Amino acid sequence: MERIKHSLSTSSAFLVYLLIIMIAVFTAINPNFFSAENFLTILRSSSYSGIFAIGFLFVLLSGGLDVSFASIATIGQYVTGTILIQIPGMPWPIVVIVPLIVGVLLGSFNAFMIHKLNAPPLIITIAVQNILFGVLQFITKGHWLYNFPKWFNQFPLTLVVSTTNANGVKYGLSVLTVIWFAVALIAAFILNRTIYGRRLYAMGGNVEAARRAGINILKYRIFAYGFLGFCSGLAGLVHTMVTQTVAPNTLVGNEFYTIAAVVLGGASIFGGSGSVFGTVLGVIIMAVLTNALTIMRVPAYWHQAFLGAILIGSMAVTAANSRRAMKKG
Amino acid sequence: MTEKIRNWSKRNSDIAALPFILIAVIVIMTAATSGKFLSKGNLSALSSQLPELGLLSLAMMVVIITNGINLSIISSANLVSVLMAIFMTRTITAETSTGMIWLIVLAAILLGIIISIILGAINGGLIAYIGLPPMLATLGTMLLYEGITLTITKGFVISGMPDIFVEYSYAKILGVPLPLLTMILALIVVGIILERRPFGKYLYLIGSSETVTRFSAIDTKKTIVKAYVMSGILAGIAGMVMLSRFNSANARSGSSLQLLTILISVLGGTDPNGGFGKVLGLTMSLLILQFITSGLNLLGVTQFITLALWGILLIAVIAYRRFTEHKHSS
Repeated sequence: MERIKHSLSTSSAFLVYLLIIMIAVFTAINPNFFSAENFLTILRSSSYSGIFAIGFLFVLLSGGLDVSFASIATIGQYVTGTILIQIPGMPWPIVVIVPLIVGVLLGSFNAFMIHKLNAPPLIITIAVQNILFGVLQFITKGHWLYNFPKWFNQFPLTLVVSTTNANGVKYGLSVLTVIWFAVALIAAFILNRTIYGRRLYAMGGNVEAARRAGINILKYRIFAYGFLGFCSGLAGLVHTMVTQTVAPNTLVGNEFYTIAAVVLGGASIFGGSGSVFGTVLGVIIMAVLTNALTIMRVPAYWHQAFLGAILIGSMAVTAANSRRAMKKG
Repeated sequence: MTEKIRNWSKRNSDIAALPFILIAVIVIMTAATSGKFLSKGNLSALSSQLPELGLLSLAMMVVIITNGINLSIISSANLVSVLMAIFMTRTITAETSTGMIWLIVLAAILLGIIISIILGAINGGLIAYIGLPPMLATLGTMLLYEGITLTITKGFVISGMPDIFVEYSYAKILGVPLPLLTMILALIVVGIILERRPFGKYLYLIGSSETVTRFSAIDTKKTIVKAYVMSGILAGIAGMVMLSRFNSANARSGSSLQLLTILISVLGGTDPNGGFGKVLGLTMSLLILQFITSGLNLLGVTQFITLALWGILLIAVIAYRRFTEHKHSS
């Protein structure tokens, strides 16, 4: 009983209430909104931003920040796309693993530079974002990639659980959503049950204290940024599967959507606190909101102003909460 | 005298090297473009691009000194210029008399300054009183301000400013274009504030240690809000200069300048962790980077490679400073 009471008063519970209220309001405004098919579509189309968000959570927990992940994902997309087009017979495990390796390497390199140069993570990653994006635009000359092999077209259409709607069209739980949730489960396990996860929280809470407790800060920074790199590679791959095209500027410039989702999910902007469950909820809330705005025909120009207001509002709430917690001692 | 210079350059080793780099850049670029670099056309193109970049870099520097950052400078500048453009194009018709147009333009400038102050105060308030980290607070306002601008303009470009407003970017006093004069004036005013006024000293103190400054009976919250208001005003003036030069305003102009303003501040000796930075250093690094941009442009290097180059340069400068700092301390 005590446990249930506790879990009902946490920030994740607040998000669940928020989501329920939002769904009720949007359904009242437009009944088309409330359907299993619409929700499954939302979950499928937000699977790549969900994967980004989990990676970003790790960096935020460690007390860091990274705005280069979208360009890392785009590099991964171009590498994958080039392999798929040039060598169509390439076995799928290699196609899948290459962007992940690219992501881990670039992410770890970010961590290494931030640590060795002792510079604000934001400034370093803004520089890295521009380097990667500039080089990418120069090499690809802005060309799009498409016409991928058949298996790559078919796989993302796989439904794990499926049913048919009134018009006889098949719909269900997409394999891409399953990938997202699998990453979330693994991440939750790492954060809650392994020493790596616990030390990440410790480091984000207070870097100096963690250093004195004998935690190798560089190692855990590489772990956090490397994991974000891994997630970026995977998210890029999933995004390519959804859109079946690779373009230089679909992901770059939308980093803030991910950051807003993670912060909305209750992760502290000062590092040291946050949960995978909250992050998943944050992504879903953002996706539901965008979907509802679209269904209600709110012009696209308004979306960004909304996004900014939500980001500021949710940060202000977490900041006020952490100050109250500090006063309590 | 030489003794004095030697002492100064020892204390400001980051800035002391800049004049030599500046001369080297001019020589290399002139040689690489076989003299085209120093042609009259190129120099006047240079001086027309310089003011907005200089003003935006100043806006970035004053908050980096406090160990903050302002990612919203470009969206502030665009919001200010869009609102001014709407105000001027809506109130001026073909029948409006010249005297009235003058009044409207002056009112528009006043309006722009007031909006800049509000936008800056929102940033400062979120940081000082709500307690948000500067980079996340200004990331949020960057999205918000740009979103508001997009909503107002619906993605369109607003053009057709009154002649006297456009005239500003062509007019010259003693051969110096007015926008350039505006930038020089801003550099001098900010320089005096930072070096000679108590407020300027507080900014450096906050950048070195906010806690110590607060315990020294200085109202750090108010000072931080003032710093972001100052940053907002400088960004707003940059917006006005751009509005006059392009004779139009839209939500997304100048977004590639973000990285450049950070790079100019850091190359000019501003410590990315706060507490140090001088207008003199900023002025020289501004010239260096504008000369390199212009030179690369003449040589036909694409803008994307230039972008990547700025990123590499930023990391290289930070790495170099870090390395020499280690040598000094050991």
